[in-house]
Amino acid sequence: MLGIVRQKMLEQSLKKIPPAVSVLRSYSSAAKQMTIRDALNSALDEEMSADSKVFLMGEEVGEYQGAYKITKGLLDKYGPERVLDTPITEAGFTGVAVGAAYYGVKPVVEFMTFNFSMQAIDHIINSAAKTNYMSSGQISVPIVFRGPNGAAAGVGAQHSQCYAAWYASCPGLKVLAPYSSEDARGLLKAAIRDPDPVVFLENELLYGESFPVSDEVLDSSFCLPIGKAKIERKGKDVTIAAYSKMVGYALKAAETLEKDGIDAEVINLRSIRPLDRSMINASVRKTSRLVTVEEAFPQHGVGAEICASIVEESFAYLDAPVERIAGADVPMPYAANLERMAVPQVEDIVRAAKRTCYRSVS
Amino acid sequence: MALSRLASSSSSSRSADLLKPLCSAISLRRPISTDTTPITVETSVPFTSHQCDTPSRSVQTNAKELLTFFRDMALMRRMEIAADSLYKAKLIRGFCHLYDGQEAVAVGMEASITKKDCIITAYRDHCTFVARGGTLLEVFAELMGRQAGCSRGKGGSMHFYKKDSNFYGGHGIVGAQVPLGCGLAFAQKYSKDEAVTFALYGDGAANQGQLFEALNISALWDLPAILVCENNHYGMGTAEWRAAKSPAYYKRGDYAPGLKVDGMDALAVKQACTFAKEHALKNGPIILEMDTYRYHGHSMSDPGSTYRTRDEITGVRQERDPVERIRKLILSHDLATEKELKDIEKEIRKEVDDAIAQAKENPLPESSELFTNVYAKGLGVESFGADRKEVRAVLP
Repeated sequence: MLGIVRQKMLEQSLKKIPPAVSVLRSYSSAAKQMTIRDALNSALDEEMSADSKVFLMGEEVGEYQGAYKITKGLLDKYGPERVLDTPITEAGFTGVAVGAAYYGVKPVVEFMTFNFSMQAIDHIINSAAKTNYMSSGQISVPIVFRGPNGAAAGVGAQHSQCYAAWYASCPGLKVLAPYSSEDARGLLKAAIRDPDPVVFLENELLYGESFPVSDEVLDSSFCLPIGKAKIERKGKDVTIAAYSKMVGYALKAAETLEKDGIDAEVINLRSIRPLDRSMINASVRKTSRLVTVEEAFPQHGVGAEICASIVEESFAYLDAPVERIAGADVPMPYAANLERMAVPQVEDIVRAAKRTCYRSVS
Repeated sequence: MALSRLASSSSSSRSADLLKPLCSAISLRRPISTDTTPITVETSVPFTSHQCDTPSRSVQTNAKELLTFFRDMALMRRMEIAADSLYKAKLIRGFCHLYDGQEAVAVGMEASITKKDCIITAYRDHCTFVARGGTLLEVFAELMGRQAGCSRGKGGSMHFYKKDSNFYGGHGIVGAQVPLGCGLAFAQKYSKDEAVTFALYGDGAANQGQLFEALNISALWDLPAILVCENNHYGMGTAEWRAAKSPAYYKRGDYAPGLKVDGMDALAVKQACTFAKEHALKNGPIILEMDTYRYHGHSMSDPGSTYRTRDEITGVRQERDPVERIRKLILSHDLATEKELKDIEKEIRKEVDDAIAQAKENPLPESSELFTNVYAKGLGVESFGADRKEVRAVLP
């Protein structure tokens, strides 16, 4: 009898462990924990080791070891020819990096945050994204633009914007948003190996968070496919689609909802462009309800695109209107209470999910 | 004035004496196009420099090179004028920025470098593309949006590319090509290719901030980048003195050396580019300011006469035309007769007309081409037409 109780407790605790639970079960060794920071650093290290054409460029990526320490140790290992500290001139160094990619080498450009990428956005869109098309395939642009995106903590309006929707609206770009360490490793490696320009949106607040990683994930050949979302939690009552930090919030919301008898399916988008429309639609056809979650400004956002896709492809399957949870439609305020109101919280996701189930939200 | 000095000096030079016996027999003219006996010519004006030595005014050339210059520039001239007619006949749409008057820059530069060196320019790119080895058919077909175009009809006038000759376009955003060009130079250095990049821009683009950002990086990292300002004195309708506090563009690099060059003199351009290549490989970036002129307006939508006088335009045509300069040089050195040069021009007209006829017959791209080359690696994702329930495609 005690054995059954212990079994039930084990099952409960296993359910609480975030991603890669199923992967854990198939490998007998104890799960290693890895922070996002280490995941990104190891991915950069391995790809630079595997391909001498890969090099890093950005502010403080070299001697400072990276503004957020993502590039720590890489200058020592690969030297100043492959890890380049740039002046604070985004338009200039982004243009230089794109031109280098035209020639065939493979830059990984760091923006200290994506807010500063706006100074270089002409090169990302007009020089990088569109060139393969305009040249009819003559000139491909194997470049990665990476860095923290979205809100941090208390950094105010000019340092908190999420750029996923802006970049993902542009044909010719690939836009990725990892959540876990597995995502960080697999997607960054895929991005570096990909011959097209990739915008790689990290999250500053996730850098220090640890996630379990299997031996497969730790292998230097590990790679995740671009354009495929991941079902982080299987469910049958409502689909919650999110990316980056909001995936963690969605999983917490799912736990809360479970207590109320609502079984949520949580999708980690991983890829904003190409968007995995078929997986999201397949999920909604199963659950009949959708909640999208993003930290970004709501208007013309990723959630809007997902909702449109569902309405276009799976209208007959919906049992409730689609719901969007997003950042508040205001520039990010500084005061802690206002800041809290400006980004989605777990209770917002729970409330929206309950609305789709026509449950009382009070 | 400079030319008459040239004529008198050539008649007393040894090389002209060597040529004299050849001139008399018409049947012996055939070898002229392959004659590489050195001839020395003085540039129209001396070079002016900033933070560096000037190259010599005496340029080494030969009959073969001069005839090639003549032919190439006359071809470019004829091509651009034909494009003007095609635009007015509505066979070319959108933007069309013509280069006639500036041919010496494209031709002189090409003579000083190899196809391992890279060139990148802005939207006035038709002649630079031809100098890099592009064909007339590729030009006219691209301008008319046909399959045989260099970008298979998907780029248009401003987006010509020829990667196998290290010609990287063809850019519509003013100034963007300069950091891109410095990036090409970076990649050449990174790959240890011992070659340089020429990044061309106009006097209008010379005030762009990103240019100075790229120059700063190039100088810090010793990149083999040569920034070439094609100063035709007007940024669209704005004269240089209205746009630049300092129109001495060759000095604007501050810590980077610069050279001012007569851009209507193909030999001066060649000399300057040779000098610049040697400099850039050893010492990093250098600026070349080519003093040149465009006969057409900024584009086909601009008559080009509201902000400058017709007298100015005809004056330049009479005094400084690059094709005429080479013609006079060839004639004064007795390298060919007037009739032979006219015959070359007739041949060129025919070549251009034939290419246009061929381009007109060439089909527009297949509808499926709407969805090709969005990505180099399409991943099997779907893309949509205007009505996504009607037109969808899997990206190759």
